Amino acid sequence: MSTIATAPEPAPAPRSAVPNYLESDHTVSSWLLTLDHKRIGLLYLFSITFFFTIAAVAAALMRIELLTPAGDLVSSETYNRLFTIHGVLMVWFFLIPSIPTVLGNFVIPLMIGARDVAFPRLNLASWYLFITGGLFTLYSILAGGVDTGWTFYTPYSSTYSNSHVMAMAAGVFVAGFSSIATGLNFIVTIHKLRAPGLTWGRLPLFIWSMYATSIILVLATPVLAITLLLVVLERVFGVGVFDPKIGGDPLLFQHLFWFYSHPAVYIMILPGMGVVSETIAAFARKPVFGYKVVAGSSLAIAALGFLVWGHHMFVSSQSVFAGVVFSLLSFLVSVPSAVKVFSWTATLHRGSISFETPLLYALGFIGLFTIGGLTGVMLATLPIDVHVTDTYFVIAHFHYVMVGGMVMAYMGGIHYWWPKISGRLYHEWTARIAALITFVGFNLTFFPQFILGYAGMPRRYHVYPQEFQALNVLSTAGASILGLGYLMPLLYLTWSFFRGRRAGPNPWGATGLEWQTASPAPEHNFEETPVVTTGPYAYDQVAGSQSIPS
Amino acid sequence: MSNSLLHPSPPPYSDREQHSVANHLGMWTFLATEILFFGGLFACYSVYRWFSPEAFAVGSAHLEFWIGTVNTGVLLTSSLSMAFADLVVKTNSRRAVQWCLIATWLLGALFVALKFYEYYLVTREHHVPGAHFHFEGAYAPQVELFMFLYFAMTGLHAAHMLFGLGAIAWLLRLNYRGRLSAEHDAPVAMVALYWHYVDCVWLFLYPLLYLAR
Amino acid sequence: MTASHPTAKVLLANYAALMVLLGATALASHAPLGVWRTPISLLIAAVKMALVFLFFMQLWYRRGLIRIFAAAGFFWLSIIGVLTFCDYLTRGWSP
Repeated sequence: MSTIATAPEPAPAPRSAVPNYLESDHTVSSWLLTLDHKRIGLLYLFSITFFFTIAAVAAALMRIELLTPAGDLVSSETYNRLFTIHGVLMVWFFLIPSIPTVLGNFVIPLMIGARDVAFPRLNLASWYLFITGGLFTLYSILAGGVDTGWTFYTPYSSTYSNSHVMAMAAGVFVAGFSSIATGLNFIVTIHKLRAPGLTWGRLPLFIWSMYATSIILVLATPVLAITLLLVVLERVFGVGVFDPKIGGDPLLFQHLFWFYSHPAVYIMILPGMGVVSETIAAFARKPVFGYKVVAGSSLAIAALGFLVWGHHMFVSSQSVFAGVVFSLLSFLVSVPSAVKVFSWTATLHRGSISFETPLLYALGFIGLFTIGGLTGVMLATLPIDVHVTDTYFVIAHFHYVMVGGMVMAYMGGIHYWWPKISGRLYHEWTARIAALITFVGFNLTFFPQFILGYAGMPRRYHVYPQEFQALNVLSTAGASILGLGYLMPLLYLTWSFFRGRRAGPNPWGATGLEWQTASPAPEHNFEETPVVTTGPYAYDQVAGSQSIPS
Repeated sequence: MSNSLLHPSPPPYSDREQHSVANHLGMWTFLATEILFFGGLFACYSVYRWFSPEAFAVGSAHLEFWIGTVNTGVLLTSSLSMAFADLVVKTNSRRAVQWCLIATWLLGALFVALKFYEYYLVTREHHVPGAHFHFEGAYAPQVELFMFLYFAMTGLHAAHMLFGLGAIAWLLRLNYRGRLSAEHDAPVAMVALYWHYVDCVWLFLYPLLYLAR
Repeated sequence: MTASHPTAKVLLANYAALMVLLGATALASHAPLGVWRTPISLLIAAVKMALVFLFFMQLWYRRGLIRIFAAAGFFWLSIIGVLTFCDYLTRGWSP
């Protein structure tokens, strides 16, 4: 295993007179009223970690219940509330914000050579909207929770459920505006604040994927907002547009809900793909193969992702003709994702690879995302979907792409940019072991669920037939290992923040404007606005001038 | 001093032109989100009108045509005065800006007042959907659905009008303190774009709700 | 497109056109147009909206990128319409 090939960096640069963003002010108000995109990224980091923890506890309770076929830990009512909490918090308060609001906020201005995002005050407002939405949701959980599932299907959510639907819907509604504000900010930032010489064709692929993500954030989220508003109005008035008693169609809710929620999954995966592009290039020390195609595929995924929502509704009584159309379009949307996987593989081929933690997470992403994606194509196939819909097969599919894919990419990105964020290096061997534990734990948790689903175990049930117990026990065992894999970074990253070895400006020897400035980043990012003269990933030139220890 | 609301750093632009273009891009992006926000309601309306066109005709016939028509004229006039505000701010004339903004605000307030009067009329006839809905005639259930859409669409629109009135009040305050000028006209330009957009939503609500008879 | 923003004359002319169209809409709703009434009133509304976008919101005076941003919302809205009606219009069809 080769060590990282980089410009020799025996000691970090001497502490400069320019304060970095962490030490420029220590007061509480300087953090809570900050306009600095880097501090806002950290505020989001703490917030989403908090919500992740609650959602993970809910998942742990579910997995413990599922150790036995009988419903002996919690009642079915409680179980319904647990999977709703898990879904709502994981989707809207962890995954959708994760890379965009933490890494996007932190890195985008640095990567394009800007001093901040286009609208810093809007950025701060987006965090407060997020927190407000989170508080509504927490209130609804503490008041007893919601039992509709994160999908809020009508007429149960609008008419029959006796749980705190309005508070939770209000929480998601408000958090949605946080998403919109973030997306809007990134779009304008990328259009207008690029450094001189940084043309669109020279942008790092992380920026392309964040741009594509922002398009979805901005165009899809408003439809979720109006849909949830209509559910709330129906609960308030006692009648509404999804009520068959007055001629409404409950399926219209599903059309509107999935018009947002399918593109939402691309909000959740595109940023991860951007991180993978960056880390693969950095740790293979090669330009990404097929740059234009990868950039274009990000935009293609964003656009095509809006055309496929009906594949969530194949058995909901939508017309067969529409089912066929949506099935065909869903096959089409898998193509750009596959293109990216081939590009990353070609990038690795004949690269000068070093297995640092971010690359381990990226490799995990490629494998697990491929499995998740292929099972997605299976689900897009009408006859298979009729058999496995609402079973654990679907659950395994989306956890493979969301957790095996996105969360791994998130962890990879956190580790990759950790020196820029904290000015410290984490302990590499501990991190590698945590990555491997996560990988093993993840597969042990979710692979059995493919088998369980195919064999017929339905989702959202806290009881199951005896013959499914062995695989469920395996899955729960895996979950405990996965939990350890997530706990370790929480501990060693926190430790490294205060006691880790100090990092220099570019510990990985990577290309990119963010590595041309000090670690942690200075308060105003760059002492002088950089001027860009080359494309991204100019590793050929760098590699030629470095010595590569074998 | 860290960059915070208490000690804000100058915005990250290299010149006024870049800042202005960024503002316009940002506002148009926001308006695109609003198109989709209202669009969800227009989608619901389209589906249900396709389901029951007769019921929608009946429901529409029970709305006050003259309130809807007058309100459309009021809003179009308010857009004119708002456009003039954006024009005269570039001439650095505080008084002209003030009068244009006041005219816009009054017309907007008139719209909202007429709308609330209309809601009062509908309530008096027991056409508010829910427990107190009472409609004599054919298609009563679908008419209730029409009235639900009426309240949802005009209510959301009225909420946007109220935000707009607040924004114009904020502009009046800025103008009073001498903070608006040809160099610093962005607030007026941005609020104007929002105001015109809210007007456009109404331009479609009017035929769909009042003229389906 | 030589000017950078509309003059007072343009604004007033735009307003006059809009009011005329409003009158046309009101008249059309009472005219015996039969099945054409709805398409005509929606068409008039679309023309009014285009006038507001072009001259009050100054798209006539702006360059391509802003126009694309302005169009994007409508284009995306059409996706909901087309694919949702793809379901509703074909509910009665049997394979």
